[in-house]
Amino acid sequence: MNVSPTTLWMIIAGLAFGSWLLRFSFLGIIGNKELPEWAKRHLRYTVVAVMPGIIAPLVFMPRATGGVFDLPRFVAAAVTLAVGVWSRNLLIAIGAGAVTLYSMLNMGF
Amino acid sequence: MLSARHDFWKGFWGALPFCFVVGPYGMVFGVLAAESGLNIFTSIAFSLAVIAGAAQFTALSLMHDQAPTIVVIIVGLTVNLRMALYSATLATHLGKAPFWTRALVAYSILDHSFALSDAKYQNNPEMTLSQKLAFYFGATGLVGAIWVIGTGIGAWLGARVPDWLALDFAMPIAFIALVAPALRTVPQVAAAFTAAMLALVLAPVPYGLGLIIAAIVALLLGAELERRMEAPA
Repeated sequence: MNVSPTTLWMIIAGLAFGSWLLRFSFLGIIGNKELPEWAKRHLRYTVVAVMPGIIAPLVFMPRATGGVFDLPRFVAAAVTLAVGVWSRNLLIAIGAGAVTLYSMLNMGF
Repeated sequence: MLSARHDFWKGFWGALPFCFVVGPYGMVFGVLAAESGLNIFTSIAFSLAVIAGAAQFTALSLMHDQAPTIVVIIVGLTVNLRMALYSATLATHLGKAPFWTRALVAYSILDHSFALSDAKYQNNPEMTLSQKLAFYFGATGLVGAIWVIGTGIGAWLGARVPDWLALDFAMPIAFIALVAPALRTVPQVAAAFTAAMLALVLAPVPYGLGLIIAAIVALLLGAELERRMEAPA
């Protein structure tokens, strides 16, 4: 990769400042003003609306296989979801997913 | 003050499980950064200044493709647009904090600490502002530090990290485990399912905009379903 140190630092600085601005946006503007109930109702769905959108492509088109469907990763994700919904416990869900992934990769799937 | 300190540690211990996935994820970034020719110092500076995994990975791959500087920055920031949603949500809980505290909260917003804090605040509406802030900084301080340390270790190890560890998949598993317990009501499940389906269909949309569209549609759907289910028939 041919990126000069100057370019690299410009990219780091631009991303750092821009990311901070995005993160500060509403915290900065709204401050101590109270949001209306309809806005709060929408914002309560932020986690369940954003995270599945990040996860789904990574599960069906994993980076490690260059985007090709991978059975161990898919099954590990399904097990993590099922155990997570059932146990409501983060650590148990992560453990179940990791055990599934390593078992399947080891068995040569 | 004693109770705020108590909440700091609650956030800290609550975030501890994520260290086992954020650490490896940071290592993956460090390894890729090293392979792309960044030294340990610039890799760590990158993670410390930006602290946003997805945006950093995107920027790295665009730099690899020799994209113009301004394109790298803009696309990286588009991937981070979800942070504005997190900011709006946190503002409803932490908006009364002083300016510089909010500036520090903003710098350290991460997916994990946001999701943990949001769940904590929703389940414990009686928390005071200082308790909420203490919990947030306990959670985000730990995860952020591990992200930077992981990057450093990855950059140092470079190509010596073996592929069979499948470190790439630590993050999806952690995110699923984080969301699964939040899927309690019909609107929540509907929003999550819609977001996942739309994100898959819109995956070819460039610059991560597919994710933003999927998230906004899912958010509107969830809130609308909740409103209709609560409304008297």
